[in-house]
Amino acid sequence: MSMRYAVITFPGSNGEHDALMAVELGLGMPVEAVWYKETSLDRFDALLLPGGFSYGDYLRPGAIARFAPIMAAVEEFAASGKPVLGICNGFQVLTEAGLLPGALLRNQSLEFRCAWVHVRTETTRTPWTAPLADGEVLHLPIAHGDGRYFAEPDLLNRLIQKDQVVFRYSTESGERESSVNPNGSVDDIAGVCNSAGNVVGLMPHPERAYDTLIGGDDGLRILSSVLRAGMAAASGA
Amino acid sequence: MTATDQKTKQNWLVEVFVSLKPAVNDPQGLAIKDGLHMLGYDEVDDVRAGKYMQLHLSGSDQSAVESRVADMCEKLLANTVIESYRFTVQPITDDSQ
Repeated sequence: MSMRYAVITFPGSNGEHDALMAVELGLGMPVEAVWYKETSLDRFDALLLPGGFSYGDYLRPGAIARFAPIMAAVEEFAASGKPVLGICNGFQVLTEAGLLPGALLRNQSLEFRCAWVHVRTETTRTPWTAPLADGEVLHLPIAHGDGRYFAEPDLLNRLIQKDQVVFRYSTESGERESSVNPNGSVDDIAGVCNSAGNVVGLMPHPERAYDTLIGGDDGLRILSSVLRAGMAAASGA
Repeated sequence: MTATDQKTKQNWLVEVFVSLKPAVNDPQGLAIKDGLHMLGYDEVDDVRAGKYMQLHLSGSDQSAVESRVADMCEKLLANTVIESYRFTVQPITDDSQ
Protein backbone atom coordinates (compact mmCIF):
# COMPACT_ATOMS: atom_id res chain seq x y z
CA MET A 1 0.00 0.00 0.00
CA SER A 2 1.51 3.24 -1.09
CA MET A 3 0.21 6.70 -0.39
CA ARG A 4 1.45 9.90 -1.92
CA TYR A 5 1.89 12.74 0.59
CA ALA A 6 1.97 16.46 -0.21
CA VAL A 7 3.75 19.03 1.92
CA ILE A 8 2.16 22.44 1.31
CA THR A 9 4.85 25.11 1.32
CA PHE A 10 4.14 28.81 1.85
CA PRO A 11 6.63 31.67 1.77
CA GLY A 12 7.98 31.56 5.32
CA SER A 13 7.30 27.88 5.99
CA ASN A 14 10.37 26.31 7.59
CA GLY A 15 9.23 22.82 8.52
CA GLU A 16 8.70 21.52 4.99
CA HIS A 17 12.08 19.77 4.78
CA ASP A 18 11.51 18.03 8.11
CA ALA A 19 8.13 16.84 6.82
CA LEU A 20 9.60 15.66 3.51
CA MET A 21 12.40 13.76 5.30
CA ALA A 22 10.02 12.21 7.81
CA VAL A 23 7.77 10.81 5.09
CA GLU A 24 10.59 9.79 2.76
CA LEU A 25 13.04 8.35 5.31
CA GLY A 26 10.72 7.56 8.19
CA LEU A 27 7.86 6.05 6.24
CA GLY A 28 9.48 5.27 2.88
CA MET A 29 6.51 6.81 1.10
CA PRO A 30 6.44 9.08 -1.95
CA VAL A 31 6.18 12.75 -1.00
CA GLU A 32 6.38 16.09 -2.78
CA ALA A 33 6.58 19.69 -1.71
CA VAL A 34 3.71 21.68 -3.20
CA TRP A 35 4.35 25.39 -3.66
CA TYR A 36 1.60 27.73 -2.48
CA LYS A 37 0.98 29.02 -6.01
CA GLU A 38 -0.13 25.62 -7.26
CA THR A 39 -3.83 24.94 -7.56
CA SER A 40 -4.29 21.17 -7.78
CA LEU A 41 -3.83 18.38 -5.25
CA ASP A 42 -5.47 15.66 -7.30
CA ARG A 43 -2.39 13.43 -7.34
CA PHE A 44 -2.15 13.13 -3.55
CA ASP A 45 -3.66 10.90 -0.88
CA ALA A 46 -2.66 12.86 2.24
CA LEU A 47 -1.72 16.48 2.99
CA LEU A 48 0.72 17.91 5.50
CA LEU A 49 0.74 21.63 6.29
CA PRO A 50 4.14 22.16 7.92
CA GLY A 51 5.42 24.46 10.61
CA GLY A 52 7.10 27.80 10.17
CA PHE A 53 6.15 31.44 9.89
CA SER A 54 4.10 31.69 6.71
CA TYR A 55 4.02 35.29 5.48
CA GLY A 56 6.11 36.25 8.51
CA ASP A 57 3.12 35.62 10.82
CA TYR A 58 2.04 39.14 9.81
CA LEU A 59 -1.32 40.24 11.21
CA ARG A 60 -1.86 36.82 12.87
CA PRO A 61 -0.15 33.46 12.32
CA GLY A 62 -1.80 31.83 9.31
CA ALA A 63 -4.02 34.82 8.53
CA ILE A 64 -2.51 35.60 5.13
CA ALA A 65 -1.61 32.03 4.14
CA ARG A 66 -5.25 31.02 4.22
CA PHE A 67 -5.82 33.12 1.08
CA ALA A 68 -2.91 31.58 -0.85
CA PRO A 69 -3.83 30.09 -4.26
CA ILE A 70 -3.33 26.48 -3.06
CA MET A 71 -5.87 26.89 -0.25
CA ALA A 72 -8.93 26.38 -2.46
CA ALA A 73 -7.52 22.95 -3.36
CA VAL A 74 -6.78 22.27 0.32
CA GLU A 75 -10.39 23.08 1.21
CA GLU A 76 -11.64 20.82 -1.57
CA PHE A 77 -9.29 18.03 -0.46
CA ALA A 78 -10.52 18.36 3.14
CA ALA A 79 -14.17 18.39 2.03
CA SER A 80 -13.60 15.17 0.10
CA GLY A 81 -12.78 13.44 3.39
CA LYS A 82 -9.11 12.75 2.64
CA PRO A 83 -6.61 13.14 5.50
CA VAL A 84 -5.13 16.59 6.21
CA LEU A 85 -2.64 17.25 9.03
CA GLY A 86 -1.72 20.78 10.12
CA ILE A 87 1.45 20.99 12.19
CA CYS A 88 2.18 24.10 14.29
CA ASN A 89 1.89 26.94 11.74
CA GLY A 90 -0.10 24.51 9.58
CA PHE A 91 -2.55 24.16 12.49
CA GLN A 92 -2.77 27.96 12.69
CA VAL A 93 -3.46 28.17 8.95
CA LEU A 94 -6.26 25.59 9.22
CA THR A 95 -7.96 27.43 12.10
CA GLU A 96 -7.70 30.75 10.22
CA ALA A 97 -9.21 29.05 7.16
CA GLY A 98 -12.10 27.80 9.26
CA LEU A 99 -11.22 24.17 8.50
CA LEU A 100 -10.60 23.60 12.21
CA PRO A 101 -12.46 25.14 15.15
CA GLY A 102 -10.99 27.62 17.64
CA ALA A 103 -7.86 29.76 17.39
CA LEU A 104 -4.24 29.89 18.54
CA LEU A 105 -3.03 32.77 20.66
CA ARG A 106 0.29 34.06 21.99
CA ASN A 107 1.68 31.67 24.62
CA GLN A 108 0.54 32.50 28.13
CA SER A 109 4.21 32.92 29.18
CA LEU A 110 4.82 35.31 26.22
CA GLU A 111 7.91 33.17 25.58
CA PHE A 112 8.74 31.07 22.55
CA ARG A 113 8.72 27.47 23.79
CA CYS A 114 11.16 24.96 22.33
CA ALA A 115 11.04 21.67 24.22
CA TRP A 116 10.05 18.01 24.19
CA VAL A 117 6.60 17.40 25.64
CA HIS A 118 4.21 14.52 26.17
CA VAL A 119 0.76 14.45 24.65
CA ARG A 120 -2.03 12.01 25.38
CA THR A 121 -4.15 10.61 22.57
CA GLU A 122 -7.75 11.63 23.26
CA THR A 123 -9.48 10.05 20.29
CA THR A 124 -8.64 7.33 17.78
CA ARG A 125 -11.47 8.18 15.41
CA THR A 126 -9.28 10.27 13.09
CA PRO A 127 -7.20 8.76 10.27
CA TRP A 128 -4.13 10.33 11.95
CA THR A 129 -4.70 8.49 15.25
CA ALA A 130 -6.66 5.36 14.29
CA PRO A 131 -3.92 2.78 15.07
CA LEU A 132 -3.00 4.45 18.40
CA ALA A 133 -4.36 3.23 21.71
CA ASP A 134 -6.85 5.45 23.53
CA GLY A 135 -4.84 7.43 26.05
CA GLU A 136 -1.52 6.50 24.40
CA VAL A 137 1.18 9.00 25.35
CA LEU A 138 3.53 10.30 22.66
CA HIS A 139 6.82 12.14 23.16
CA LEU A 140 7.09 15.02 20.66
CA PRO A 141 8.94 18.32 20.31
CA ILE A 142 7.26 21.72 20.29
CA ALA A 143 8.64 25.01 18.97
CA HIS A 144 6.16 27.87 18.98
CA GLY A 145 5.33 31.33 20.26
CA ASP A 146 1.63 31.25 19.43
CA GLY A 147 0.35 27.87 20.55
CA ARG A 148 -2.25 28.69 23.19
CA TYR A 149 -5.34 26.95 21.92
CA PHE A 150 -8.53 28.88 22.62
CA ALA A 151 -12.20 28.09 22.21
CA GLU A 152 -15.03 29.89 23.97
CA PRO A 153 -16.78 27.75 26.63
CA ASP A 154 -19.72 26.82 24.37
CA LEU A 155 -17.42 25.75 21.55
CA LEU A 156 -15.13 23.90 23.96
CA ASN A 157 -18.07 21.89 25.34
CA ARG A 158 -19.18 21.08 21.84
CA LEU A 159 -15.69 19.90 20.87
CA ILE A 160 -15.52 17.64 23.90
CA GLN A 161 -19.01 16.23 23.31
CA LYS A 162 -18.33 15.61 19.63
CA ASP A 163 -14.98 13.94 20.29
CA GLN A 164 -12.96 16.60 18.48
CA VAL A 165 -10.14 16.91 21.02
CA VAL A 166 -7.36 14.78 19.55
CA PHE A 167 -4.36 15.41 21.86
CA ARG A 168 -3.87 16.93 25.31
CA TYR A 169 -0.58 17.86 26.98
CA SER A 170 0.12 15.40 29.79
CA THR A 171 2.82 13.94 31.96
CA GLU A 172 4.85 10.99 30.71
CA SER A 173 2.38 8.66 32.42
CA GLY A 174 -0.60 10.40 30.80
CA GLU A 175 -1.80 12.52 33.73
CA ARG A 176 -3.06 16.03 33.06
CA GLU A 177 -1.24 18.62 35.10
CA SER A 178 -1.15 22.38 34.56
CA SER A 179 2.64 22.44 35.04
CA VAL A 180 3.16 20.42 31.83
CA ASN A 181 0.88 22.60 29.69
CA PRO A 182 3.56 24.57 27.81
CA ASN A 183 1.49 27.46 26.48
CA GLY A 184 -1.66 27.93 28.53
CA SER A 185 -3.96 26.14 26.07
CA VAL A 186 -7.54 25.84 27.29
CA ASP A 187 -8.23 22.40 28.75
CA ASP A 188 -4.60 21.38 27.98
CA ILE A 189 -5.54 20.95 24.31
CA ALA A 190 -2.62 20.23 21.96
CA GLY A 191 -4.61 19.13 18.91
CA VAL A 192 -8.15 19.07 17.53
CA CYS A 193 -10.01 17.72 14.50
CA ASN A 194 -12.94 18.85 12.38
CA SER A 195 -16.32 17.22 12.91
CA ALA A 196 -15.65 14.63 10.20
CA GLY A 197 -12.31 13.79 11.82
CA ASN A 198 -10.22 13.81 8.63
CA VAL A 199 -8.64 17.22 9.29
CA VAL A 200 -6.37 17.30 12.34
CA GLY A 201 -4.19 20.11 13.67
CA LEU A 202 -1.65 19.97 16.46
CA MET A 203 1.09 22.22 17.85
CA PRO A 204 3.74 19.51 18.49
CA HIS A 205 5.93 18.39 15.59
CA PRO A 206 5.53 14.69 14.67
CA GLU A 207 7.75 15.27 11.61
CA ARG A 208 10.66 16.19 13.91
CA ALA A 209 10.35 12.85 15.73
CA TYR A 210 10.83 10.26 12.99
CA ASP A 211 14.02 8.57 14.18
CA THR A 212 15.51 7.75 17.59
CA LEU A 213 18.69 9.33 16.22
CA ILE A 214 17.03 12.76 16.46
CA GLY A 215 15.49 12.22 19.88
CA GLY A 216 12.51 9.98 19.21
CA ASP A 217 10.31 8.37 16.61
CA ASP A 218 6.84 8.73 18.13
CA GLY A 219 5.96 11.15 15.34
CA LEU A 220 5.85 8.24 12.93
CA ARG A 221 2.92 6.84 14.91
CA ILE A 222 0.90 9.82 13.69
CA LEU A 223 2.35 10.21 10.20
CA SER A 224 1.95 6.51 9.40
CA SER A 225 -1.59 6.27 10.76
CA VAL A 226 -3.16 7.25 7.45
CA LEU A 227 -1.42 4.29 5.81
CA ARG A 228 -3.29 1.95 8.13
CA ALA A 229 -6.51 3.89 7.57
CA GLY A 230 -5.89 3.80 3.81
CA MET A 231 -5.29 0.06 3.95
CA ALA A 232 -8.55 -0.51 5.80
CA ALA A 233 -10.43 1.58 3.23
CA ALA A 234 -8.76 -0.31 0.35
CA SER A 235 -9.55 -3.73 1.78
CA GLY A 236 -13.10 -2.66 2.56
CA ALA A 237 -13.67 -1.43 -0.98
CA MET B 1 -26.45 52.78 -13.34
CA THR B 2 -27.58 53.86 -9.90
CA ALA B 3 -27.18 57.31 -8.51
CA THR B 4 -24.40 56.07 -6.21
CA ASP B 5 -22.34 54.77 -9.13
CA GLN B 6 -22.47 58.13 -10.82
CA LYS B 7 -21.21 60.02 -7.81
CA THR B 8 -17.58 60.93 -7.92
CA LYS B 9 -15.49 58.67 -5.72
CA GLN B 10 -13.64 60.35 -2.94
CA ASN B 11 -10.80 59.44 -0.62
CA TRP B 12 -11.32 58.19 2.87
CA LEU B 13 -9.20 57.52 5.92
CA VAL B 14 -10.26 54.44 7.82
CA GLU B 15 -8.85 53.65 11.25
CA VAL B 16 -9.34 50.07 12.41
CA PHE B 17 -8.91 48.94 16.01
CA VAL B 18 -8.68 45.22 16.74
CA SER B 19 -8.54 43.81 20.26
CA LEU B 20 -8.94 40.46 21.97
CA LYS B 21 -12.48 39.74 23.13
CA PRO B 22 -13.05 40.32 26.84
CA ALA B 23 -13.28 36.56 27.47
CA VAL B 24 -9.80 36.01 26.01
CA ASN B 25 -6.87 36.22 28.39
CA ASP B 26 -4.37 38.87 27.23
CA PRO B 27 -0.93 38.15 28.72
CA GLN B 28 0.65 41.03 26.77
CA GLY B 29 -1.79 43.46 28.35
CA LEU B 30 -1.01 42.01 31.79
CA ALA B 31 2.74 42.38 31.18
CA ILE B 32 2.27 46.02 30.11
CA LYS B 33 0.17 46.68 33.21
CA ASP B 34 2.92 45.19 35.40
CA GLY B 35 5.43 47.44 33.65
CA LEU B 36 3.31 50.52 34.34
CA HIS B 37 2.98 49.50 37.98
CA MET B 38 6.76 49.13 38.22
CA LEU B 39 7.04 52.72 36.97
CA GLY B 40 4.73 53.81 39.76
CA TYR B 41 1.49 54.20 37.80
CA ASP B 42 -0.50 52.31 40.41
CA GLU B 43 -3.76 53.82 39.17
CA VAL B 44 -3.75 51.54 36.11
CA ASP B 45 -6.34 48.82 36.71
CA ASP B 46 -6.32 47.08 33.36
CA VAL B 47 -4.47 47.10 30.02
CA ARG B 48 -5.61 45.37 26.86
CA ALA B 49 -3.17 45.29 23.93
CA GLY B 50 -4.46 45.35 20.39
CA LYS B 51 -3.77 46.40 16.83
CA TYR B 52 -4.30 49.67 15.04
CA MET B 53 -4.44 49.90 11.25
CA GLN B 54 -4.89 52.87 8.91
CA LEU B 55 -6.41 52.30 5.52
CA HIS B 56 -6.51 54.87 2.76
CA LEU B 57 -9.16 54.03 0.21
CA SER B 58 -11.63 55.45 -2.25
CA GLY B 59 -15.39 55.08 -2.17
CA SER B 60 -18.55 56.84 -3.19
CA ASP B 61 -20.18 57.38 0.18
CA GLN B 62 -19.75 56.69 3.86
CA SER B 63 -22.15 53.77 4.13
CA ALA B 64 -20.61 51.99 1.12
CA VAL B 65 -17.15 52.43 2.65
CA GLU B 66 -18.36 51.20 6.04
CA SER B 67 -19.89 48.11 4.55
CA ARG B 68 -16.72 47.24 2.60
CA VAL B 69 -14.50 47.81 5.65
CA ALA B 70 -16.76 45.64 7.83
CA ASP B 71 -16.27 42.86 5.25
CA MET B 72 -12.50 43.36 5.37
CA CYS B 73 -12.55 43.09 9.16
CA GLU B 74 -14.66 39.92 9.11
CA LYS B 75 -12.55 38.24 6.43
CA LEU B 76 -9.02 39.26 7.32
CA LEU B 77 -8.27 42.16 9.64
CA ALA B 78 -9.78 40.46 12.70
CA ASN B 79 -10.24 36.82 13.63
CA THR B 80 -13.71 37.00 15.16
CA VAL B 81 -13.15 33.74 17.03
CA ILE B 82 -10.85 35.65 19.37
CA GLU B 83 -10.98 39.33 18.42
CA SER B 84 -13.45 42.15 18.16
CA TYR B 85 -13.03 45.20 15.97
CA ARG B 86 -14.28 48.71 15.48
CA PHE B 87 -13.41 51.37 12.95
CA THR B 88 -13.89 55.01 12.10
CA VAL B 89 -14.30 56.42 8.62
CA GLN B 90 -13.59 59.99 7.64
CA PRO B 91 -13.41 61.71 4.27
CA ILE B 92 -10.06 63.14 3.27
CA THR B 93 -10.53 66.63 1.91
CA ASP B 94 -8.04 68.28 -0.42
CA ASP B 95 -6.98 70.52 2.47
CA SER B 96 -6.08 67.60 4.71
CA GLN B 97 -4.11 65.88 1.91
